[in-house]
Amino acid sequence: MTLLAVVTVAIVRQRNLFAVVILSGIYSFLMASLLIVLDAVDVAMTEASVGAGISTVVLLATLHLVKTREMGPVRPRPMALLITAGTGGLLVWGTFVLPPFGTPDAVIHGHVVPRYLADTVRETGVPNVVTSVLADYRGYDTLGETTVIFTAGIGVMLLLRGARRRGRADQDRAAP
Amino acid sequence: MELLSTLAAHYNYVITVFLMMAGLYVVIARGNLVKKLVGLSIFQTSVYLLYIEPGKILGGTAPIIDPAFTLYSNPLPHVLILTAIVVGVATLALGLALVVRINESYGTIEEDQILREDRET
Amino acid sequence: MSLDLILRVGTKLILPFIVLFALYVQFHGDFGPGGGFQAGVIAAATVILIAITFGLRAAHRIAPQAVVERMIPLGVLIYAGTGFAGLLAGHNYLDYSVLSHDAAHGHELGIFLVETGVLVTVTGTMTAVFYAFAERGR
Repeated sequence: MTLLAVVTVAIVRQRNLFAVVILSGIYSFLMASLLIVLDAVDVAMTEASVGAGISTVVLLATLHLVKTREMGPVRPRPMALLITAGTGGLLVWGTFVLPPFGTPDAVIHGHVVPRYLADTVRETGVPNVVTSVLADYRGYDTLGETTVIFTAGIGVMLLLRGARRRGRADQDRAAP
Repeated sequence: MELLSTLAAHYNYVITVFLMMAGLYVVIARGNLVKKLVGLSIFQTSVYLLYIEPGKILGGTAPIIDPAFTLYSNPLPHVLILTAIVVGVATLALGLALVVRINESYGTIEEDQILREDRET
Repeated sequence: MSLDLILRVGTKLILPFIVLFALYVQFHGDFGPGGGFQAGVIAAATVILIAITFGLRAAHRIAPQAVVERMIPLGVLIYAGTGFAGLLAGHNYLDYSVLSHDAAHGHELGIFLVETGVLVTVTGTMTAVFYAFAERGR
């Protein structure tokens, strides 16, 4: 996890945009490894394929279309640092009441989860509890998620398909 | 001291909050639009960590039912975060499409130059 | 000998295995990690790899624009349609018990159908997004 923090600091301070994109791919890969250690294998596979795959491809395509390699000089912003440090301190103080890492009798392991773990093979015949909860017990939410992906695909196609209309930048370059 | 020992027991939450604040700082304090979107995605991934960490049980295993194991980590956060990851990449793709259109229309993706051009017209 | 010869030969060798892996992840999602989303992204990565290595025209031959555009709503239709099967039989929406002769088999068939719907939509969307970004630059 310390490695993740180091990579994030590098992303924050880097000005070369191409380096930022590659570092974000490394960040996704580290996040996926961390998720495997946390026993979240489905989530790790999704984060690796989506974060290190599609995200990097789309970011690189944007950089190519925008034709910018490096961002301008950065003004130091003490106000932003103060806000984020204050919020971070409050959040860390808030996490103190959480049970320490890995206890089996925390509150969130009660209620619905033992029923899911016990009944999933009998009711659905599917050993992967995450798939059965995603597609069967909470299938309605997955319908909403598929609709969100559908909407995003339609949105991107609406924004980027069709002929390039001459924007202000093209007009400024055309008229002397 | 007690504060240090609590911090050490909750070290993973401290790092998660640090990642969250780093992402938030990039969104607030950097002017380049693409970098803001990368900061937003860092913020989102740190929230995934925040949800999945309490679900892990030490000595448990991945939540796939198998006769050899008895103790499983909590599968419920995994389901929620799976949805969140895919929604996150959908918003990233849409945001980047908007950045491409903004660049075609204004000629730049630096936030202060865009605001200045808007004020001048 | 052009410098990208290794890239082209290597890509041609590895592409069928990527497609096979995507199908494996999809159908084995019941017994191991996997499912519709991961398989959809891996399948889209196949098309993107073809486009990066061999050019957009080769990718359009494999996955034409019209097919990809039709895939996006088709997956949502499959998913919602499976839900309607429950309604037509008089039970709740997305009730899988009515799909087969007993409840457990009905649930298995229902999960299979909805994961297929998710796979189709995710593959279509990721490929369409890549095509949209790539065509803008021409």
